[in-house]
Amino acid sequence: MQDNNIIVIEAGKTEKHYWLDLWRYRELFYFLSWREILVRYKQTVIGIAWSVIRPVLTMIVFTIVFGRLAKLPSGDVPYPILVSIAILPWQFFSVSLAEASNSLIANSSMIGKIYFPRIIMPSSSIIVAFIDFLISFVILGILMAWYKFVPSWKIVFVPLFLLLAIILSLGAGFLFSAANVKYRDFRYVVPFIIQFGLYISPVGFSSDIIPERFRFLYSINPMVGVIDGFRWSIIGKGIDFYMSGFLLSIALIFLIFFTGLFYFRKTEQTFADKI
Amino acid sequence: MNKVIEVENLGKKYIISHQGEARYTALRDVIADGAKKLIKRNNILPKKEEFWALRNVSFSIDKGDKVGIIGRNGAGKTTILKILSRVTIPTEGIIKIKGKISSLLEVGTGFHPELTGRENIFFNGAVLGMTRNEIKRKFDEIVEFAEVEKFLDTPVKRYSSGMYVRLAFAVAAHLDSEILIVDEVLAVGDSQFQKKCLGKMDDVSTKEGRTVLFVSHNMAIVRNLCNRGFLINKGNLIFDGEIEDVISKYEFDNPKDSAKWSNKKNVTKTKYFDILSVSILDSDNNLKNNFFNSEKIKIKIDFLVNEPHSQMKIQLYFLKFGEIAFTFPIFICHKYSIICEIPPFLLGIGNYFINIDATLHNILGVDGYDHILGFEVRMDKIECMPYIENIQGYFFPILNWYLE
Repeated sequence: MQDNNIIVIEAGKTEKHYWLDLWRYRELFYFLSWREILVRYKQTVIGIAWSVIRPVLTMIVFTIVFGRLAKLPSGDVPYPILVSIAILPWQFFSVSLAEASNSLIANSSMIGKIYFPRIIMPSSSIIVAFIDFLISFVILGILMAWYKFVPSWKIVFVPLFLLLAIILSLGAGFLFSAANVKYRDFRYVVPFIIQFGLYISPVGFSSDIIPERFRFLYSINPMVGVIDGFRWSIIGKGIDFYMSGFLLSIALIFLIFFTGLFYFRKTEQTFADKI
Repeated sequence: MNKVIEVENLGKKYIISHQGEARYTALRDVIADGAKKLIKRNNILPKKEEFWALRNVSFSIDKGDKVGIIGRNGAGKTTILKILSRVTIPTEGIIKIKGKISSLLEVGTGFHPELTGRENIFFNGAVLGMTRNEIKRKFDEIVEFAEVEKFLDTPVKRYSSGMYVRLAFAVAAHLDSEILIVDEVLAVGDSQFQKKCLGKMDDVSTKEGRTVLFVSHNMAIVRNLCNRGFLINKGNLIFDGEIEDVISKYEFDNPKDSAKWSNKKNVTKTKYFDILSVSILDSDNNLKNNFFNSEKIKIKIDFLVNEPHSQMKIQLYFLKFGEIAFTFPIFICHKYSIICEIPPFLLGIGNYFINIDATLHNILGVDGYDHILGFEVRMDKIECMPYIENIQGYFFPILNWYLE
């Protein structure tokens, strides 16, 4: 047995080829996302409409509540656009976190019967969220055309901020999906985080209304950096980039990512026994 | 060296917690327990017990070996397969596997009821480790094998259980792996398709020289398919040898797990007649001891008549939960074997045991044997019937319901 093709499983040792395996199983990643998307649009009667209705309704409600009733400032930007831009990363984060944290439990039969790098499972949820993200982007485009709003050239930086949102979603997804296997009631925590997060993140309003001295503290919520980044790159004019807060958000995003990854890697070998 | 699998000193430990019957930990319990400990200070540690599902198991398998792993329920057979297929990790020991391994621990893992047959083939293939091109190349072969051409674009939730199993097995059977691990999956599906699957597995191992590890309770299938056997008992590998030897050792140790009972007493001692053997058969007269409730079960009794008598009676007792579920007496004449047929959709779900009595009716008890055989009845997924796993009671017949 001197082949290179040998798999060695030794008790108490982590697998040497984990990352190589991840590459080998990239097809599964693709198929899992593909299945999620297929099922999502087959199962619900309204299908894709759901992905449209959700951001549009959120936008309308937030515009009325924060823009009309609370009369919060939005600068030169029409309020619906201010809100819609923030909905992009927020929705991406909330959908992928919700999907990811449930992914392992929902596919427990696969975990118990088949080997694959488990990390594929929460990761593939990102794709579903990305589809929703694209749909919301189209809605934003239509909205901008309606208001004759020309986005800034800095829109080219959007992928960069999206990347941050992806890293944050992955990290949180790893953490919560793994915790969900061990503590089944964790799934009640996730919707709470998502709901609570929507109100403490600058989705319905601009971060500018936060008093200057609290601004840094406010950036402890890593989504603040991401949402502000989106607004900065799409609206451009009149939006200051609050650098120290942004750096804090980035640091926290990576902290969450590596914590999630570490916890997931540490617990994933026992998933099959616990699930 | 032709060894493809080498296992040294394999062990798998589970921790069983006795406090609370919860199947999983809930965060609220962890917090509540923590709080209790803080207040009470007398640490009541939950009783935890170690349980070795496997211990000190070592073996090596050569290329092309067809190994049947047999043993009672809970002996650790599936645990071995799970560790080899890398679903779970061993607690001790080292395993070396040469070549691509694919496992079929369950039929249709990852099948999604909403997706069509075609979509599920692709998805299931990917789950089992095939690439898209591989699946495309073998697609027609898979469809032909599964006999589902017409229903390719129908969601599998509309498939009958037979079609479902066929499709799932077909995908797995067309894997290009050097080592194939199969766990009891052939227990489902009709007998004709079972034969086809076995033929395919035989092809795979004999012609293509692939290695097969196979777990089954069906000794007839194991005997047909395998050339080597492992007998597992309570987590230990107690016997490793030719399949025939392994099966006979197993059947000798566990008469209740086999489908045939032979009277070991000196049968010529009684005056009138005696029972020679009792077998449980399926509708094709194969020995079998696990059935779906949609299947016919036949109990064949062979006996020997020394001195014919008009009152010769054999009585079968069917026991469930240690109690007599029902019984059936029959008067016999000088023929040498009788068959009792239990129609489909009569028995309930669960394990039945058989007692048998031989008497001269109202005159004399000839002999009686308790718990000679057992068989299991499982729920079949039949469209017109509700699929509920916990059906209680001795019987589960189809009843007519009317709206009034």
